[in-house]
Amino acid sequence: MQASRWALMLAMALGAAAAQAKDLVLLNVSYDPTRELYADVNRSFAAQWQAAHPGDRLTIRQSNGGSGKQARAVVDGLPADVVTLALAYDIDAIADHGLLAADWQKRLPDNSSPYTSTIVFLVRKGNPKGIRDWPDLVKPGVQVITPNPKTSGGARWNFLAAWGWALKQPGGDEAKARAYVETLYKHVPVLDTGARGATNTFAQRGVGDVLIAWENEALQARQELGADRFEIVVPSLSILAEPPVAVVDKVAAQHGTQEVAEAYLKFLYTPQGQEIAARHYYRPRDAAVAAKHAAAFPQVRTFTIDQVFGGWRKAQARFFADGGVFDQFKPGTP
Amino acid sequence: MSAAAAPRGARRWRSRAARAGLVLAALGFMALFLLLPLAAVFAEALRQGARAFLAAIAQPEAGAAIRLTLLVAAIAVPLNLVFGVAAAWAMTRFEFPGKALLGALIDLPFSVSPVIAGLVYVLLFGAQGWFGPWLAAHGLQVIFAVPGLVLATVFVTLPFVARELIPLMQAQGGEEEEAARTLGANGWQMFFRVTLPNIRWALLYGVLLCNARAMGEFGAVSVVSGHIRGLTTTMPLEVEMRYNEYDYVGAFAVASLLALLALVTLAAKSLLEWRYGHEIAARATGARR
Repeated sequence: MQASRWALMLAMALGAAAAQAKDLVLLNVSYDPTRELYADVNRSFAAQWQAAHPGDRLTIRQSNGGSGKQARAVVDGLPADVVTLALAYDIDAIADHGLLAADWQKRLPDNSSPYTSTIVFLVRKGNPKGIRDWPDLVKPGVQVITPNPKTSGGARWNFLAAWGWALKQPGGDEAKARAYVETLYKHVPVLDTGARGATNTFAQRGVGDVLIAWENEALQARQELGADRFEIVVPSLSILAEPPVAVVDKVAAQHGTQEVAEAYLKFLYTPQGQEIAARHYYRPRDAAVAAKHAAAFPQVRTFTIDQVFGGWRKAQARFFADGGVFDQFKPGTP
Repeated sequence: MSAAAAPRGARRWRSRAARAGLVLAALGFMALFLLLPLAAVFAEALRQGARAFLAAIAQPEAGAAIRLTLLVAAIAVPLNLVFGVAAAWAMTRFEFPGKALLGALIDLPFSVSPVIAGLVYVLLFGAQGWFGPWLAAHGLQVIFAVPGLVLATVFVTLPFVARELIPLMQAQGGEEEEAARTLGANGWQMFFRVTLPNIRWALLYGVLLCNARAMGEFGAVSVVSGHIRGLTTTMPLEVEMRYNEYDYVGAFAVASLLALLALVTLAAKSLLEWRYGHEIAARATGARR
């Protein structure tokens, strides 16, 4: 009797101590090209949190892969406290399974996208095939590298950028846009599952004449693999890519990490977080940070997915769902 | 010189040439397809010097990947050791309905793509899977955690021990075991004093093969891993990740460690063969007799 009361008091004392000093583990499930960005963010945020909460021990874990694949893994039980994916539809898919509120995109500023990017072309040094704009991609003998839109978020942005450009040409309509994009995919010799795989196919294996890629991915590949080997070509019109972030409510509640998870995402909007994003070639939202890095990002005329396609849910259902436009394309060579 | 000697000499020369040609072809093939890639792995790993190599493998993620790989193998291999012996015994010593089915099932992991094996476990134990809700209600994580990695590895390495043992035990027959039973040995005594000594070399080969595959498996574990850095990434996954991060020295450094583990396994096998070579030979003739 006596012993059990002691044990109870001891447990309570331990519990009280634990409430002050927490062992926190945060899992950020992200898409392919953000590896370096979040390695940096995690270090800086952990240092900041640790300074403000001296008793805590915060470990931030990271998982990267194709955006669609990662969303599927979270639905299947990958215990992500936060998701930072390539496009809103992938987080919608997680919300559809009840893991976070359906209106998640309204919870943080700027459509919950702390940074943006766009779609550009990476070509080999000297631009031997003379790629200047979208029409040059379907010239005879040009091979285009882009990942599979079924599994890769970046690939879906690529697809929609091409479609939107064709649509907005003088005399452009849906039929012409479809014909252009279908021809474009006939110039693609291999569809990788993720953006990074496509970059490696183009840059390391030397396949293809032009890589359609995230601007951040193209800038980073050029930095990592040699500015003397590749050039970036900015098309006349592209899409404003908004990669969103969200706390996965159900998982965070289970882990008791809501507070740190929210602070983590808000950190991305701080000048420090924006600075890190800009350093990793993501376009910052913060005007001051953007002005400072203006030289790194060329001027691009962009349209948004809401303007042209009526949002991600519609675009996903029309183009990328089973039996959608992408599935209806006839395979073959141009 | 008799007339018959010349053609015999020519024939001998021809057979010698054929032998040399075959040996050269075999060695050349091995060099091209095995030694060259192996050398390339180490060359790439050391391209920026020993310091870069050491820095790459000193990263905590590398240590975590090595520990996880060894842990998964340390669970999966003994499980398959027990299963393999039990299955081989059942297959070679008893007649029972469904024996053909068991034989086919043992081979299943060889014929099914490892990716499918991984997906099956996601369908069973994932949050949307058959047992998902029950596991979640009890706070158990199988997929995207160590248990999932072990399950996937057990699946793909299941046939190795059994397939190594079955032909040998079939050839040996059950007479010695029957004799032991007749002389009054109980089941365990018979197993440890008669069966096990008879099969130990095949068993060891099976375990070594099983271990090599367990450490090197990529496809199945990739599906169930979730790729959480430092937590659920085994060495093959770590290699892929580093390659994707443009960290080529790091990727090849981890790959070279994986290759070293394989070489240690190979060396262990060769050492045992050399040390106990006569015994193995005796067993083999015994089995043939």
